[in-house]
Amino acid sequence: MSSETKQILTTDGIPLEISLKKAERKNKIKAFLLVAPLLLFLIITYIFPIGEMFTRSIDDKMITNMLPKTFKSMETWDGKELPPEEVFASFLSDFKILVDKKEHGKLAQRLNKEKNGFNTITKKLFRQVKRNKIDETQSIKEQIMKVHKRWRNVEYWQAIKRTAPPYTSAKYLKAMDMYLNEDNKITQVSEDRRIHRILWLRTVEVAFFVTVFCFLMGYPIAHLLATLPMKYSNLLMICVLLPFWTSLLVRTASWMILLQQQGVVNDFFVMIGLVADDNRPEMMYNKVGTYVAMTQILLPFMVLPLYSVMKTISPSLMRAGKSLGGTPFVAFWKVYFPLTIPGIGAGCLLVFILAIGYYITPALVGGASGTLISNQIAYHMKTTLDWSFASAMGLMLLGGVLVIYWLYNKLVGVDNIKLG
Amino acid sequence: MSKNTEFVKFDKVDKSYDGKVLVVKDLNLNISEGEFITMLGPSGSGKTTCLMMLAGFETPTNGEIYLDSNPISNIPPHKRGIGMVFQNYALFPHMTVYENLAFPLRVRKVQKDEIDKKVDKALSMVSLSGFESRMPAQLSGGQQQRVAVARALVFDPAVVLMDEPLGALDKNLRESMQYEIKHIHENIGVTVVYVTHDQGEALTMSNRIAVFNDGKVQQLSSPDKLYEEPVNSFVAEFIGENNTFGGEVTDISKDICKVKLQNGEILANPISVKSKGDKTTVSIRPERALINPKDKMDNNQTGKIEEVIYHGDHTRVRLDLLGNKEFILKVPNSSNELDLKLGNEIKVGWNSQDARALDPK
Repeated sequence: MSSETKQILTTDGIPLEISLKKAERKNKIKAFLLVAPLLLFLIITYIFPIGEMFTRSIDDKMITNMLPKTFKSMETWDGKELPPEEVFASFLSDFKILVDKKEHGKLAQRLNKEKNGFNTITKKLFRQVKRNKIDETQSIKEQIMKVHKRWRNVEYWQAIKRTAPPYTSAKYLKAMDMYLNEDNKITQVSEDRRIHRILWLRTVEVAFFVTVFCFLMGYPIAHLLATLPMKYSNLLMICVLLPFWTSLLVRTASWMILLQQQGVVNDFFVMIGLVADDNRPEMMYNKVGTYVAMTQILLPFMVLPLYSVMKTISPSLMRAGKSLGGTPFVAFWKVYFPLTIPGIGAGCLLVFILAIGYYITPALVGGASGTLISNQIAYHMKTTLDWSFASAMGLMLLGGVLVIYWLYNKLVGVDNIKLG
Repeated sequence: MSKNTEFVKFDKVDKSYDGKVLVVKDLNLNISEGEFITMLGPSGSGKTTCLMMLAGFETPTNGEIYLDSNPISNIPPHKRGIGMVFQNYALFPHMTVYENLAFPLRVRKVQKDEIDKKVDKALSMVSLSGFESRMPAQLSGGQQQRVAVARALVFDPAVVLMDEPLGALDKNLRESMQYEIKHIHENIGVTVVYVTHDQGEALTMSNRIAVFNDGKVQQLSSPDKLYEEPVNSFVAEFIGENNTFGGEVTDISKDICKVKLQNGEILANPISVKSKGDKTTVSIRPERALINPKDKMDNNQTGKIEEVIYHGDHTRVRLDLLGNKEFILKVPNSSNELDLKLGNEIKVGWNSQDARALDPK
C-alpha cells in the first residue's frame, strides 16, 4: 500500500502547498516591512549604543597603538629581570614618534594609571629626547636607566608589559574596588579607597526597600481602586496618575521643600511638639530623603500593574472563600493574594529595575549618604570624563538587572507577569 | 422523625440599599428541612438579595433570618456553614479541582485522609472522578459547574444556595444539569435554595417555588399549583403562556362569575374578585381552550385565525377572539386534521373553571 498522499492541485495546476507558501510569504514580507522601522530604530538607539558601551568599557587599544614596537619586542621577555637592550631600543623609538606627534603626555597619563610614578620619569625622558641627549650608537638601555632610577626598577617595565593587550578588565575591577597587581592577580584596593562597593550595596538596598515600601503602600491602593464604584475609583485613579503628569524635577523639588530642616514636615513636627525646635531631624540629603521621594515617584509603577490584575479578579471568589468557611483573612490569603501574584511580580520588577538606575532624585535629595551608583556613573561621564569607566559601571548595572530578571523568571516565571 | 418546617425562616425581612427604595419588602418565608425551594422572578425583583442575606453577604435592614431557629443576622458568612454555588461558578482558578474541593475542609481543619475520602465522594457524586488534578480552566463549562456544586456540598452543609448556577450553560447542557442537580438533591436530602429567572428550570427542579416581584413573594406553592392556579395576574403572566381578557364583573356567585369584556361576555372562576363592578383580568392557559370542543363547555366563542406557526410537536395558532388579537391556542400534532388556514373562522371553547378572574393589570 502506498503511503503517499495524492498532491492537491489548485485550479491553475500549481500544487496547493506551493501556492499557499507563496501567499504566506507575501504576508510575511508585509509584516516584516511594517515592523522594520521599529527594528531599525531599536538597533540604532539600543543595541548599537550598548555594543559601543561595551567596547568602550574594555577598550585599551590607545596604548597598544602607541608602543607597537615595544610590545613586540617584549613578547620574548620573561618579565622577571630588567628587559634586554632590544626592548629599551624599541621603547625609545616608539617614544620618539610620540614626542614628534606630541602624544607623550597621553602615554604618561595612561602609564601613571597603571603605576604611580610614571609621570615624573616620562617627563625626564622627554627632556632628554628633546635635547637629543640620547646617543643611539651606544647602549640605549644604559642611557635610559640613567635618566631616572625608576627606569632601573623592573616593576615599571612590568607595568608597561601589563598594558600590552588591547583589551582590559581594569574598569570592571575598579568598579568593584579591585585591580590587577604586579603578579596579574586580582587584589582589593586599600580599605580607605573602597567606595564603589558601598555604592553598589547601597543602590541595591535602596532599590529593595523602595520596592518593599511601594508594595506595602500600593497594594491597598490598588485594591481600593479595583473595588470602589466607578465614580470614586476614577477620581482615585487620577490622584494616582497625577504625579505621572508632573515633571520629575518639580516633584523632587517639592519633596525638598517638604523635607528640609526648615521645611513643612519639620515645622509640623515642631508644632505638634514631636521634636524640639533646635533639634529638627534631618530628613533630606540622606537615605531617608531618597527613600521618601523615590517611593512616591515610583508608586504608580506598582499600583498600575496591581490594579490591572485585581480588576480581573471576580469579587465572587472572595465570597466563595468566605461562604466555604474561610475567615476573611484566610479567604484573602488563600484566594485573593495568590491571584494577585502576577501583578505583584510585574510591579516589583518594574519598580526595582527603575529604582536601581534612578538618577535625578538621589542626586537632588540624596546628599552624600544617599547617592547611588547612577550618580557615580554621571560623575564619571561629566566630571572626570572617564567614559570607559562609566560604561563599565553602566553595563554592570544592566547585567545586574538581567540577572534579576533571570532569577525572577526562575522563581515566578515571566509568563506570569501581567502589566495590564 | 418529623422534619423541621421552619428550618430557614425569613421573618419580616426588609432590605434597602440606598435608604429610599425597599428591594425586599416584608418578606416572610419558611423553608423546611430537605426542601428544594426556588426563588423565581424577573431581574431586580429582590430574589438574589434574599439569597445574599441568607448567605451573609448582605444584612437585612429590618427583620431577622433564622437558621434552625437561631437568628443569623449577626453571624459572618464563614461561620454560617451554608454552601453556595455562584453564578459564574467562582472556582479558584489557581487551585486544582482537588484543592478547590479541599478548601472548605482544610479551613475546618479536617484530617488529610478524611479530606481525601470526602473529596472522592463528592467528585463521584457529580461523576467527575479522576479530574482531581485538573485546573478549572481545563474543564468545560458543565464540568466547572459540577465542581462548583461538589465544592458547595463537600463539607456537608445544612443548606446549599445556588445563584443562577446554570445561566452560563447552553440549552442542552442546562437541561441535563437540571436533572443532575435534582437527583443529587434527592439522594442526599440537603436543603436547597435556588435562584433563577428561568421558569422552566424552576418548574422542573423545585418542591416549591416562591415567585418574586417588586420585592415581594407573589405566590409560594408547588410547581403544578403555581402553573394551574396562579393567584394573581403577575404569576399567571410570568409562569407559562397565558391568554388574558380585561373586563368588569357583572354578576358573581360562589364559584362562577360573569365578566363583561369590551365586546362580549364570558364566564370565569372568581379568584381575586369579590363583588359586582370589580375590574379584573381573566387568564386562560392556551392548552385549556379547545377548538371545536366535543364536550360541553360553558364558554363558546368564535375567532378568526391571524397566524399559524408550526412547532413540530404542536402548532400555535393566534386568533382574534373577543377583541383580543393575541389569543394563543396550542393544537397538538395529532392525526385529526383541522383546517387551520389564515382568515378561517373557528369555534373555541373552554370551561369557566379554567378561566381565572384575577386582579386587574
